[in-house]
Amino acid sequence: MAHAEQKHPQVKVYLTVWFWLFVLSFSAYFVDLMKLPFALKAVLLVAIALMKAGLIAAYFMHLRFEKLNLVYTIVLPLILLIALAAGVMPDGLSVLMNR
Amino acid sequence: MQSETKVVPLEEVLKSDWGGGKSPFGVSWGKLMMWLFILSDAFIFGGLLVGYGTLRVSSENWPETSKVFALHLFGIEVPLLLIAFMTFILVSSSGWMALAVNAAYNRDKKRTVVFLLLTCLFGLIFLGCQAYEWGKLIHEGLRPWFAPDHPPFDGVRNFGACFFMLTGFHGLHVLTGVIYLLIIALRVGIGVYERRGSYEAVENAGLYWHFVDLVWVFIFTFFYLF
Repeated sequence: MAHAEQKHPQVKVYLTVWFWLFVLSFSAYFVDLMKLPFALKAVLLVAIALMKAGLIAAYFMHLRFEKLNLVYTIVLPLILLIALAAGVMPDGLSVLMNR
Repeated sequence: MQSETKVVPLEEVLKSDWGGGKSPFGVSWGKLMMWLFILSDAFIFGGLLVGYGTLRVSSENWPETSKVFALHLFGIEVPLLLIAFMTFILVSSSGWMALAVNAAYNRDKKRTVVFLLLTCLFGLIFLGCQAYEWGKLIHEGLRPWFAPDHPPFDGVRNFGACFFMLTGFHGLHVLTGVIYLLIIALRVGIGVYERRGSYEAVENAGLYWHFVDLVWVFIFTFFYLF
């Protein structure tokens, strides 16, 4: 029990994460406002989204303080979503080509 | 609290995580089930987002979200203002939730209830904004099966389908979360978890709430900003 409490982050950590979530949200908003070329915008937005997701999962959801067993069980299956996108998106493209 | 697992002597013999006699994930069943639920829910939202992506790449044109979701403020058109505000609100509610979990860890009943109620309040503000947004777009003629021919919709019907499906499903999760957190706040208030000696229910509710925030990050990025 005492060991578990030591692993639990302090309020200061939460507030720091909170602050960075705001910074990242607003930078995403400004990336959108800047009217960048699409590829650059896409890369920046996805990078920001993944950073935000990582912060929320690691600190707010405590995933960083869980056993590696649990972390892998939760995070690894999500890779399948990339496979899903890779499998389905070409279909959308071929629909566009045949319009 | 962390796992309530009783350490049995057998564990000393079977050192491996999977050797039996101890919890392989190092968490209680409640927390593990919440995580598995979140994983399955992530696939639901992932499926919806991939579906949206496919419809979007198959469309020749797509309404400009910065125009669709612009808000007129003092005569100036500010793009995506309401969405930026909603993001701010939801991130804030996640912050309150983190503080509630922290207070629960310290077994501070009063502060836990206050932070939980603040989380609920911010969730409700978010839902209010979403209701306003839905009302506005429905008023402008957008439907899940139909889009007006004039700008900014230009008759792209898939836009309405994706918008109502994605935000509706997410909003339903927020609504469920608010009800869930209110019940937890009530139970903290009447001392259920104090008597039980474990505030883990607050932490599990927090996992759900943070997940709803996490999903919004991706809807915000892929639907509103792209």
